[in-house]
Amino acid sequence: MFTTLLGEHFVHTALLAGAVVAIVSGAIGVFVVMRGLSFAVHAISELGFTGATGALVLGLSPVVGMIGGSLAVGAALGVLSLRGRERDSAIGAVLAFGLGLGVLFLSLYQGYATAATNILFGSIVGVDDAQLVALAGVAALVLVALAIVYRPLYFAAIDPEVAAARGVPVRGLSVAIFLLVALTTAEAIQVVGVLLVLTLVITPAAAAQRLTVRPGLTVLLSIGIALVSTEGGILLSLAKDWPTSFFISAISFAFYAAARLRSFLAGT
Amino acid sequence: MTQLVVSVEGLGLRFGDRELLRDLTFELERGEFLAVLGPNGAGKTSLLRILLGQLAPTAGRVVLDRSRIGYVPQQRVFDRDLPLRGRDLVRFGLDGNRWGVGRLPPADRRRIDDVIASVGASALADAPLGRLSGGEQQRLRVAQALISEPGLLLADEPLLSLDLAYQQVIVSLLDERRHSAGTPVVFVTHDVNPILNAVDRVLYLGPDGWAIGAVDDVLNTETLSRLYGIEVDVLRVRGRVVVVGTPDAEHVHHVH
Repeated sequence: MFTTLLGEHFVHTALLAGAVVAIVSGAIGVFVVMRGLSFAVHAISELGFTGATGALVLGLSPVVGMIGGSLAVGAALGVLSLRGRERDSAIGAVLAFGLGLGVLFLSLYQGYATAATNILFGSIVGVDDAQLVALAGVAALVLVALAIVYRPLYFAAIDPEVAAARGVPVRGLSVAIFLLVALTTAEAIQVVGVLLVLTLVITPAAAAQRLTVRPGLTVLLSIGIALVSTEGGILLSLAKDWPTSFFISAISFAFYAAARLRSFLAGT
Repeated sequence: MTQLVVSVEGLGLRFGDRELLRDLTFELERGEFLAVLGPNGAGKTSLLRILLGQLAPTAGRVVLDRSRIGYVPQQRVFDRDLPLRGRDLVRFGLDGNRWGVGRLPPADRRRIDDVIASVGASALADAPLGRLSGGEQQRLRVAQALISEPGLLLADEPLLSLDLAYQQVIVSLLDERRHSAGTPVVFVTHDVNPILNAVDRVLYLGPDGWAIGAVDDVLNTETLSRLYGIEVDVLRVRGRVVVVGTPDAEHVHHVH
């Protein structure tokens, strides 16, 4: 059963889509963790749900609605450039209202309930060729943008005051990172779903940063962990009929737990 | 050698009813070492932020080239789990403002090693930045500012949490830079003594005004009493400057 599935086209598409999303999530995750944006990512993701359900009600593609919702929140958070507790509570308030809207849209939507379930929990095996091309296109855009802003972005994340003194456009980069995070989130939602985006965007990066202090290696390790988690999760879900998202989150959490255990044993 | 690098004219800064700077005017020449002194809240850090272009003054104007500023900010301890080594922090001074991902050429790698050695931090180069002490991080910050080949150095309490030996290392590095490359230094500090041998002029920001000039022309009983609006004594004890009677130096009295 498992080996026959491996020959199926939809499985290949799923594995490719998973790889694309894992690479981009793992890379952006390092900056998300460094800037303390986990909660913001969660909010961007849930507002993607609001956008997707809104699009369903209007008879549009949920993916378009999702990207729209994520980008709108990402742009707003970037432009407002709130800090610390203020950002925390502002995100909480917007997130709660956004979810309320999502619930309303869902009740207004008369179509299949699976569309909503897929948004919430992911539907990697349902990815078709056209979707894969779109995923790869957006991922390429994010990765190229990330490569261009990489050094100033790292500088600004670590030491905003000095970076600004050296002429780094700190404010503009803050907006840029939120937009890239929003695009990445919209990608990750299609694999693991709204509720599990953090498992690809946060967990691998959080594990990687416990394994090394070298900036470049942190990014590569984070990508590697995201890749192994995603591909491993997809393969395991073929062998045992449990949700893919569960396996992906379980593997990436295992990496995180192992990394924490390692630093605990090393006494750091 | 009288090339102006910074020109500050009629500078005023006010937050609501609180006036921090009033009609502040001074110029900074190539190679000059200026110490900025004054009690907490007198506007020392604000002045640096105005020079950096990060804070807009409420009056007056500032003329300087902001493209090559080396900045050592007031100590702010880094997050413990930051994925960054000491050498990565220093590297930001070299190429942190450049776009793109780039491998470091061997020559630049050597420059980084050299500047880290010059602040006595070679053993810290590969250590996680977040696990270093405040003083160790501070030395790396100075290295970062120096490696950027700055045309102007702005340092905000760079000697904080450094022991005497490293204070002297940092001061002589800044001193050397202004002599060899003509980079003027604006050095904000609460204690002038560690830099007495290097400093050309002192800018004192007091509660009742400001004064600028050679060390002895500013740090004397008459001038500081005027700047504080109360009786303040300035003594010279074994070559050190000791200020007695300022409101924020109450602890000095308790020692007696």
